[in-house]
Amino acid sequence: MILTGRTIFPGVAEGDVILTKMGISFFGGVDPETGEIIEKGHELEGQSIANKILAFPTGKGSTVGSYTLYRLKANGVAPAAIINTRCEPITAVGCIIAEIPCIDKIPLEAIPLNAKLKVDAGKAIVEIMR
Amino acid sequence: MQLTPEEQAMLDGKSGKAAQKAMQILVALGTIYEAERLIPITSVQVAGVSYDNLGEAGLQFLEELLAGGACTQVLTTLNPAGMDIENWRSLGIDEEFARNQMKVIDIFKRIGIIPTCTCTPYYCGNLPQFGQHIAWAESSAVCYANSVIGARTNREGGPGALAAALTGRTPNYGFHLSENRKPGLIVNVEADTLLTEVINTQWFGAWGKAIGKKLESISDTPVPFIRGISHATGEAMKSFCASLATYGGSALFYMEGITPEASQFDPPQESITISAKDIESAIASLNDTESSKIDFVSLGCPHLSITEIARVAQLLNGKRVKKEFWITTSRPVKQLADLAGYSQIIEGSGAKIAADTCCVVAPIKGRFHGMVTDSAKACFYAQGKHRFHTVFKPFDDVILEALQD
Repeated sequence: MILTGRTIFPGVAEGDVILTKMGISFFGGVDPETGEIIEKGHELEGQSIANKILAFPTGKGSTVGSYTLYRLKANGVAPAAIINTRCEPITAVGCIIAEIPCIDKIPLEAIPLNAKLKVDAGKAIVEIMR
Repeated sequence: MQLTPEEQAMLDGKSGKAAQKAMQILVALGTIYEAERLIPITSVQVAGVSYDNLGEAGLQFLEELLAGGACTQVLTTLNPAGMDIENWRSLGIDEEFARNQMKVIDIFKRIGIIPTCTCTPYYCGNLPQFGQHIAWAESSAVCYANSVIGARTNREGGPGALAAALTGRTPNYGFHLSENRKPGLIVNVEADTLLTEVINTQWFGAWGKAIGKKLESISDTPVPFIRGISHATGEAMKSFCASLATYGGSALFYMEGITPEASQFDPPQESITISAKDIESAIASLNDTESSKIDFVSLGCPHLSITEIARVAQLLNGKRVKKEFWITTSRPVKQLADLAGYSQIIEGSGAKIAADTCCVVAPIKGRFHGMVTDSAKACFYAQGKHRFHTVFKPFDDVILEALQD
């Protein structure tokens, strides 16, 4: 199945999805050294977003979060791509400066929890491989 | 989004890697907010300067931009840093932090940004005209520029403002468009506004908090049209803007008879009232310790004007302070205070004039127990970010507190 959205930052990635219905605050919510979600009470708390295709509705929190995405990338633990329902400026700017493929306007409920995805953000498409 | 040939060339990398990255940021923001085009701007205020907030990652990004040929295209000024860049030792800042902070400021300078290091750019050579389009970060300055001056800006994040500086443009959406600047709600302030203080920043901060809290609870926060406040000094408006932006997230308001754009609109239909009780409870929430527990005295959030510094000097003349007392301001205003002889009086009392920094962005978490201030915004960050308790007092009383044992 192929889902079509909107390009935020182009690039291609393939991998396992890590999916949440909750927003993500990169600043203070993700450990920039390990890629682990550290926000207390988050449904992904303790899980790593490193090199996975991260799907979440929208970003939240401090605008410094854009720099956290840059730092995750520099440490080799950034997500391989980001999929949003509605991308907001913190995530968008973070993906641009860190060069992480990013796409939004994708219905997250169409993505199975253990899916393997192929993202072509430049073409604004997500392919569900499994 | 429609781009001019020149903008498209920047996006294609023909003006270098940094301009390309900047254009990518602006196009993405424009796409998200459905802007039709970019518009030229006349000035930028960049935030994200304190190494405490920026960290190693932010520093790396700035280094990459500089290597990519980053160069400002319009007048660009800078938010406060994490320390006084000359006098950091006396503020108890460690060597490593100072080294990293200086690296950050040096890169900004090489990009062409004037290192004003202040949240009050309008006191330091970056004063827009009514109706001009600008791209500012720093929530209190954004609110001041839109409301008190009548310039037009969205509330930019650090990289968004930087991208605007490197291209001289910003996406045309939000508060750049007249239809989005219409007031949506009348706010009647039912308070005793016949103030007797020389500097009444505390009252305006309290009103900002009380109004901000009410607005925050309304979805799609409306632009407030405020009635009932009969006069305000520039300093009072500075305090009000900082508080309203902190507690209500507002980037624009109108104050009838006071702000320049207020008379251009018909007052909205719906109204709410801020009662004396709302204001009392706003003040109460900013006090969570007693005067006897105060070990830190702070004035200058937002940075003090020369008028406010004159008042500090008047009250400290010939006296000795008994507590750690930081008076935060911009370096250009500090230099005026030097010329006027105020700095000598203030420093002679044992108080510290801390230029370039402020008690919101300095790395002082956990260093003090109780802080006294006239700033509602400073209380928010002291309680949350720094884990201090706070006492909220009128400007003059804050100074008197410093003189108490």
